[in-house]
Amino acid sequence: MLKVEEQQPVEFSPALTTKFDEISNRYPEGKQKSALLPILHEVQAELGWLSARAMDKVAEYLKIEPIEVYEVASFYSMYFLKPQGKYMLEVCRTGPCCLVGAEKLMDHIEQTLGVKEGEVTADGLFSWRGVECLAACGFGPVLQIGPEYTFYENLDEQKVDTLIAELRKK
Amino acid sequence: MARKLLLEHINVPGINTLDVYRQKGGYRAVEKALKTLSPDDVVEEVKKSGLRGRGGAGFPTGMKWSFLAKPEGVARYLVCNADESEPGTFKDRYLMTHIPHALIEGMVVASYALGAKTSYIYVRGEMMPQIRILERAIAEAKAAGFLGKNILGSGYDLELYVQPGGGAYICGEETALLESLEGKRGNPRIKPPFPAIAGLYGCPTVVNNVESIAAVVPIINESGDEYAKIGIGRSTGTKLISASGNLVRPGVYEIELGLPVEEFIYSDEYCGGIANGKRLKATVAGGSSVPVLPANLTLKLANGDPRLMSYESLSEGGFATGTMMGSGGFIAFDEDQCIVRNTWNFSRFYHHESCGQCSPCREGTGWMEKVLHRLEHGHGKMSDIDLLVDVSRKIEGNTICPLGDAAAWPVASAIRHFRDEFEWHVREPLKSQETNYGIAKYAEPIAKAEVNTEN
Repeated sequence: MLKVEEQQPVEFSPALTTKFDEISNRYPEGKQKSALLPILHEVQAELGWLSARAMDKVAEYLKIEPIEVYEVASFYSMYFLKPQGKYMLEVCRTGPCCLVGAEKLMDHIEQTLGVKEGEVTADGLFSWRGVECLAACGFGPVLQIGPEYTFYENLDEQKVDTLIAELRKK
Repeated sequence: MARKLLLEHINVPGINTLDVYRQKGGYRAVEKALKTLSPDDVVEEVKKSGLRGRGGAGFPTGMKWSFLAKPEGVARYLVCNADESEPGTFKDRYLMTHIPHALIEGMVVASYALGAKTSYIYVRGEMMPQIRILERAIAEAKAAGFLGKNILGSGYDLELYVQPGGGAYICGEETALLESLEGKRGNPRIKPPFPAIAGLYGCPTVVNNVESIAAVVPIINESGDEYAKIGIGRSTGTKLISASGNLVRPGVYEIELGLPVEEFIYSDEYCGGIANGKRLKATVAGGSSVPVLPANLTLKLANGDPRLMSYESLSEGGFATGTMMGSGGFIAFDEDQCIVRNTWNFSRFYHHESCGQCSPCREGTGWMEKVLHRLEHGHGKMSDIDLLVDVSRKIEGNTICPLGDAAAWPVASAIRHFRDEFEWHVREPLKSQETNYGIAKYAEPIAKAEVNTEN
């Protein structure tokens, strides 16, 4: 869902707009809309999620209609249309990972963090959710954490506890 | 030991760097192609090799290339499909992580063959680490003169870029991928026109899987005829198989096509057997989209001959007793796994990933997920089983892209081969919540009557 209420003004840093320019140069003249997906990743990495204001600014930059940005951001699963925890633990929930314990692992994460799938912990540090196949089926269970999408393989409860403890200390 | 063409040097320290990759013979194919072969010669070699698309469809790569329209003054594009998202498949991630230059070298040779001046590698967005690896490798290749202007003094120019996706299985379908690369929602296009005529930005375009493009390198190095000598029949060359599930050693293996399935599962060179001393119950041989098979039909054809890892042998018997090679995502289920639960899981996946353009798929995948959910959780009715078959038939063949078929086949095949397990869930709603149905008769020798069962 688009969260229209929370409309804080958004300014993109010069470093970010330089990155936008660099991305836009990858495509032939007049085809700059191709830069939309990579630019949205950059914006999300900087701001943590995609607010309507941020998407409007992207539309302005690419000289396209805001709806062209909204429809893309809401189609793809990686874009967050509401704020998330600083660390979003995305656990693969598809068949092959479930054969090696992904469902139990998600129960464990839910208990450890004390929040349901999609919710944010009170300290704002963590969210978690199940996501579809992450293409690491032979090394399951797996989880990833954006915006770098660092990947953790062959997980068990102990390894997840250690990971969460390390992230808390950061 | 079987021959390795793609993963031969996978364990060499530093093989992800240009220097080590070149020490091991890397970029010879670029030199050979650009200095001694015409673009048409390269296409001809790939045709002779018999290489078939490694992304799942198995369409001959050389033939796909020869369809590319070449109107005067219009740009042509090569786009690499690295949107690997098929459950059970993780070979492309593995290849890009460890030997990124194999893909880049293949991209240079293939782009040259097709006359593309700009090429893109569309990588699924979740693979940000691989995107960084590829970008670093592209910078290395460019600095060494294998990319950019006038490559190796041949007069051929090529720019290569990496494009991240946004998280959508459907973008593995080539026209959805092109839509996404144009900055739109990943809705597959109606074909024709095929991308070879009107693809990226309306220009002639070839879309190839990572492994197909990487395979062009050994084909050029050793010749198409040499490549075609490996394998069996029309399944030439080697194939990366992603092995997952309840195996002693899951992982990515390069096999010569034609390897017996039994050897792949049980030999120590490959998966090493079923984990924890359990027995094999079922397999999905080519990624979640292909029909699931019980253990007995996995290892043997209906006539009792051994089943081989090849396009033809895996599909031997049609959907009644066979499956498909698909993308080579080999998932093994041990005797403790529940077929109903796994089918529900896959249905949830396809429901989640349906783009929503075609009603049969958008609505049908949701229905299948719901009905399977209630069967798995002990609320199902006997009539639900036929309802699932009915819904799956109404999706199959009635959608713009193959996602509909991919969603229908796992459900239809699970009921075809494991109907007794579904019925047990209805008859024993409480017991099915506490225990699994077990291995039943699925590993026993094939009964003649079962072989003739149609659907």
